[in-house]
Amino acid sequence: MNGISFAIKAGERLALVGESGSGKSVTARAVLRLDPGARLEGEIRYREENLLALPESRLRALRGNRIAMIFQEPMTALNPLYSIGDQIGEVLQLHRGLTRLQARGQAISLLERVGISDAEKRLQSFPHQLSGGQRQRAMIAMALAGDPELLIADEPTTALDVTLQAQILDLLSGLQRERNMAVLLITHDLNLVRRFADRVAVMQYGRIIETATTSELFAAPREAYTRTLLESRPDRQASPLPDSGIILKARGLAQTWRKRRFLRDEYFTALEPLDLELSRAETLAIVGESGSGKTSLATALLRLAQGSQGEIECAGERFDLLKGASLRKARRHMQIVFQDPFGALSPRQTVGEIVTEGLLVHEATLSNSELRLRAERVMEQVGLPVEVLERYPHEFSGGQRQRIAIARALMLRPDILVLDEPTSALDATVQKQVLVLLADLQKQYGISYLLITHDLALVRAMAHRVMVLKNGRVVESGDVRDVLVSPQSAYTQALLAASGLNSPDIM
Amino acid sequence: MASMGPWRRAWQRFRAQKRAFRSLCLFAVLFVASLGAELLSNDKPLLVRYEGAYYVPLIKDYPETAFGGDFPTPADYLDPFIREQLSRPGNWALFPPNRYGANTINYFAPSPNPAPPSAVNWLGTDDRGRDLLARLLYGFRVSVLFGLALTFAGSVLGVLIGGVQGYFGGRIDLAGQRLTEIWMSMPELYLLLIFAAIFEPSLSILLVIMTLFGWMGLADYVRAEFLRTRNLEYVTAARAMGLSDWQIIRRHVLPNSLTPVLTFLPFRMSAAVLALTSLDFLGLGVAGQYPSLGELLAQGKANLDAWWISLSAFAALVGMLLLLIFIGEGLRQAFDTRAQG
Repeated sequence: MNGISFAIKAGERLALVGESGSGKSVTARAVLRLDPGARLEGEIRYREENLLALPESRLRALRGNRIAMIFQEPMTALNPLYSIGDQIGEVLQLHRGLTRLQARGQAISLLERVGISDAEKRLQSFPHQLSGGQRQRAMIAMALAGDPELLIADEPTTALDVTLQAQILDLLSGLQRERNMAVLLITHDLNLVRRFADRVAVMQYGRIIETATTSELFAAPREAYTRTLLESRPDRQASPLPDSGIILKARGLAQTWRKRRFLRDEYFTALEPLDLELSRAETLAIVGESGSGKTSLATALLRLAQGSQGEIECAGERFDLLKGASLRKARRHMQIVFQDPFGALSPRQTVGEIVTEGLLVHEATLSNSELRLRAERVMEQVGLPVEVLERYPHEFSGGQRQRIAIARALMLRPDILVLDEPTSALDATVQKQVLVLLADLQKQYGISYLLITHDLALVRAMAHRVMVLKNGRVVESGDVRDVLVSPQSAYTQALLAASGLNSPDIM
Repeated sequence: MASMGPWRRAWQRFRAQKRAFRSLCLFAVLFVASLGAELLSNDKPLLVRYEGAYYVPLIKDYPETAFGGDFPTPADYLDPFIREQLSRPGNWALFPPNRYGANTINYFAPSPNPAPPSAVNWLGTDDRGRDLLARLLYGFRVSVLFGLALTFAGSVLGVLIGGVQGYFGGRIDLAGQRLTEIWMSMPELYLLLIFAAIFEPSLSILLVIMTLFGWMGLADYVRAEFLRTRNLEYVTAARAMGLSDWQIIRRHVLPNSLTPVLTFLPFRMSAAVLALTSLDFLGLGVAGQYPSLGELLAQGKANLDAWWISLSAFAALVGMLLLLIFIGEGLRQAFDTRAQG
């Protein structure tokens, strides 16, 4: 972070936007001097006081009281050993000098204000007993307890599902208006910015490169970087579907998980039986929020989990009947690319070892030089230099790792590629590059994609057909244009409203 | 550009810690030296030139008659008569720096046993007149070799059992856990006492028994690592590519689960050395057959006025354990994921 200046007026909503590593969170933490190891220079003024010159005791009085902060991951930001009521009460007793009983009453009304139903009972709840959305609400209640003038929200909705994101954002704007507090929103999501902020500051490499009102910035960005950020909203990449044969057919595909109990096992149905078909070079998007069963669908289809049922016909073969070695051999038809590019590559192998691993199984007769040749070719396909092959995963950025993961899958020349949230862990600009790559590969090699996502913008960019899942059931399915332009089910409509896609330019 | 794998990076981090790295070097030097103990401390010369012919007493036994003695028994090179024969003009003998083996009794010591340190016996002798330095050197070798073997065997067994439990999970894991708990509650010391009463304790019997009781702690860690690693996405990706269970374990799960095994190695080894020492001290070990630090400690206790016995055995033991612990600390730092950034 380097030579940053910005100001927030009372009651203003400022958004700090940037990609990962741009220094936006560090900036937020610096305001309250939360990083003891950090060396801060310059001046941070709150009203008349320079926060950098204040003694620690005076700063503590401000923290959580006049200036409050909410974090990205409420599960780790709340102490798992104390109930919600205790944690909110602590702030009230500390900063407002209330008694236990008064604090309790206050806490109830705060919880009610942030929209937690049955607030009195919820006071006794521990963080793990609440859902993600409720936890984030509880954390907001805690931040409000000191009646702050400035609220710093560090990626407050990133860990939440889209429909919840919209609710939390609405809650924040409501509270902001009601109490006339200033909000510093830190985010990478331009959608949120557009919906929430009065002014925007764009950060890159630890500097603020542009500050403007939200409407100005979106209408006429000054800096080139801001323009790339704005343009990185994914455009339609998919090519029109050629008339081609069906490559994958599943009938009655279902997934139940078994929980072992002492005498009688319990069963939990993650995915109700469903049918699906996939043509060559087609992209079918499976859309749903967390817990909708979309990942269960992928693992059931790839036969990676126990307890899956249904007929799967892949490349003319009954995939679900295969066992042992013949199953392992048939696995090359279907490959998978995961969401988290950091967990998807073994840290102890070189990129070369990673991408050629599948060939060791499926084409065991290849010599080392042939393997090397194949590896070089696949690197070219995913747009990475060959030197990469000798290096280890930790040396690469998220986008590069995702390319390596795609290369590993491509190596087996699969007919079907399951993409499990392939871009949600990536920055917007990198996201777009990966999507362009995927679309190119589909056009060139006729690979079919099963795209698993919660992001309708991604669906719009990539999919030919859509299937919307909720609680393990298909809510709606059909051509991507039909579903996005005139969604039939209420759930799809809610998803669409939360996604920030405007209906006129939707397709 | 040069690219370092995770093992290389861990090694670099280890080397960057001066104390740990120096401890490792010193320990390695001591270990190699003790492996060649016969060359350093022996009652036989390395090479003898006698009457124009070469003899290699280190490898081959020669009767006393070969050097002009009267008896066909193996030559005693400490015998003043033989020494005189060898020091005649034209004859010479190349002795090791310390002229005593582990079991050599110095019949020609100037003072009664245990003899205090002198120019002849640098650290003195024990209560049977054996050279203390030689005992320590050979005892160190036995301790370290036993420690290495026990650590290796216990680690292999621990990784195997923990790995199977962790990777396959479910019923196998459940059964394994319960069996482990039952096995854990067996009293190891009593079993050792019983075995010592029935069999003549030998290094191999001790090794087997202590291995059978030494894998549990490690198996728990390995099991947890396997459980964690097998759910990572690169393992799922490997399964989706059609790798077999064995290939997945060998290529992905095992290498990524070895951190606790490696970090514990020096600590396990110091525990093994200490265990052997304690057994020898109690007289349940193998002190009768091998030079032993534990037996020296027991002697030191029995002969409190012979301070050189307890002091030197104590110093040797503490020094060895200290080096191992420094190495272990360094390893732990080197593999600490939080320090990797």
